[in-house]
Amino acid sequence: MIGPAGPTWWRVPLALLDKLPLIEIDSGVTNSEWLIVWQVRTPRVLLAALVGATLSASGASYQGVFRNPLVDPYLLGVAAGAGLGATFVFTINRAGTSDWLVDPLPLAAFVGGLLAVFVTYIVGTAFGGDQSSTTLVLAGVAVTSLATALQTFMLQRNTDVVRQVYSWILGRLSTATWDDVRLVLPYAVVSTTALLLHRRLLDVLRVGDEEASALGTNVRRVRLVVVVAATLGTAAAVAVSGLIGFVGIIVPHAVRLICGTSYRAVLPMSILVGAAFLILADIPGRILDNPAETPIGVVTAFLGAPFFLLLLRTRQVAR
Amino acid sequence: MTSLALENVSVTYSGRRALVDFSDTVKPGEWLCLIGPNGAGKSSLLRAIVGTTPHSGRVLVDGVALASRPQRRRAQLVAYVPQTPMLPPDMSGREYVLLGRNPFVSHFGSEAHHDKAYVNDILARLDLEDLADRKLANLSGGERQRLVVARAIAQEAPVLLLDEPTSALDIGHQQKALELVDKLRREHGLTVVSAMHDLTLAGTYADRLSLIHEGHVVATGTPSEVLRAETLAEFYGVSVNVHTEPDGSIAIIPRRSS
Repeated sequence: MIGPAGPTWWRVPLALLDKLPLIEIDSGVTNSEWLIVWQVRTPRVLLAALVGATLSASGASYQGVFRNPLVDPYLLGVAAGAGLGATFVFTINRAGTSDWLVDPLPLAAFVGGLLAVFVTYIVGTAFGGDQSSTTLVLAGVAVTSLATALQTFMLQRNTDVVRQVYSWILGRLSTATWDDVRLVLPYAVVSTTALLLHRRLLDVLRVGDEEASALGTNVRRVRLVVVVAATLGTAAAVAVSGLIGFVGIIVPHAVRLICGTSYRAVLPMSILVGAAFLILADIPGRILDNPAETPIGVVTAFLGAPFFLLLLRTRQVAR
Repeated sequence: MTSLALENVSVTYSGRRALVDFSDTVKPGEWLCLIGPNGAGKSSLLRAIVGTTPHSGRVLVDGVALASRPQRRRAQLVAYVPQTPMLPPDMSGREYVLLGRNPFVSHFGSEAHHDKAYVNDILARLDLEDLADRKLANLSGGERQRLVVARAIAQEAPVLLLDEPTSALDIGHQQKALELVDKLRREHGLTVVSAMHDLTLAGTYADRLSLIHEGHVVATGTPSEVLRAETLAEFYGVSVNVHTEPDGSIAIIPRRSS
């Protein structure tokens, strides 16, 4: 609610109150200032919350279902697939799509992301058998490499769109509109609800596939449903906000440090903390280079990469 | 009390036959111990009974084929203690034992009050209350083993399968673990099938032994019928003295070659 243009910060809550029925307050906020608050900043904050919550819940769930604390929504190829889909739209003349009824960019990213996970899942389970956790992750790495290679190939042949594609890849909330919020909301709700319903079963999976199965859990079905739900949320988040990395790994691990490793606590807390984290992480990007913006993907990577290394180190020590 | 019938159970791993046509009937309340050299097929049989490895043949509990029952119901009938259980290091003892209630909790539900009360009762009866709030990573091998058995008991299943329950324990803890299983067997009327390496312990606790060699049953019967020096020499390739105590218990003593 703070930025280079628009009303003084303390007038905003007054203006919000003024909009409620039966309340009349002279907030001193002009109409154009109100538009900045309502059409530019509000959707931005809401989008940050939705994307942060979805990425964190997906990250925590992937870590649970693959019993691998280093997995995040991007490792399975979602990001690379979505990036490939987006690049494809940019190269077929992005400007020419402005009068299309539906913006093809989020859709292409969505399809690319789902396709990548689908391939990862098929390959990973076909060759992995029952002990598919490691194979699946390796398959994700291979799919990511392939998608990135294809994307680089496309960019080499269309150097004029490199800048646009990179600004999308680095992740942005700056162009958030109510349309983006409306686009991501149903996916975020469906995905996080499905994941929350599986929080106890994610605890059961912690004893391994064989024992979880002996305890009466259909491991394959649980894994499939959780992967699909987490991927749905991730793909929708990527489609509207680009690639915002490391959220799915920072947030769940920070939550684990505070409230233990049971998924009954980790999942709901990750959703709340993830929403708050991305709203806060959006602030330095807007202040550092004011009035220009640093992409939020840069901010989260700047925080996330050292965190990831720290995590690797503590795992090393723990062994 | 519940009987366990096995009809022509076979397990094949990528073309290699690990277990061939195993048939047996374990009477209600009986303790059957599977013995045999490494790779004989003991673990494969236990996995086939609990349904975690593909197999042919039929496993019947009280006359009903397990395969025809839903997975949750199967876990209410058969509890399984694996050879090397995966123990999440950050999980507390109580959380771990509570996992045994999984077969009684609906898919998206959570444990009811009586599930937690039941677990508390087990922890108290097995003298594990001190471990309830400690992390699994901070426990000794013997303490972990008792929690794994407690988790299996929490399943309230009439059939208990144990894969090498004592292999990681010293002689004192081996005895304690098996005494615990024996006590629970008598109290709950459990039907027990275990795979064991220590022949003396197997002979001491089991009602009946089944010696498996390269996937086939080569001897079955009471400990004194199966634990014979010539039989063990043939299938284990060992030279032993079989010593029978006045009370009927059997000791297997390896013989030095020179």
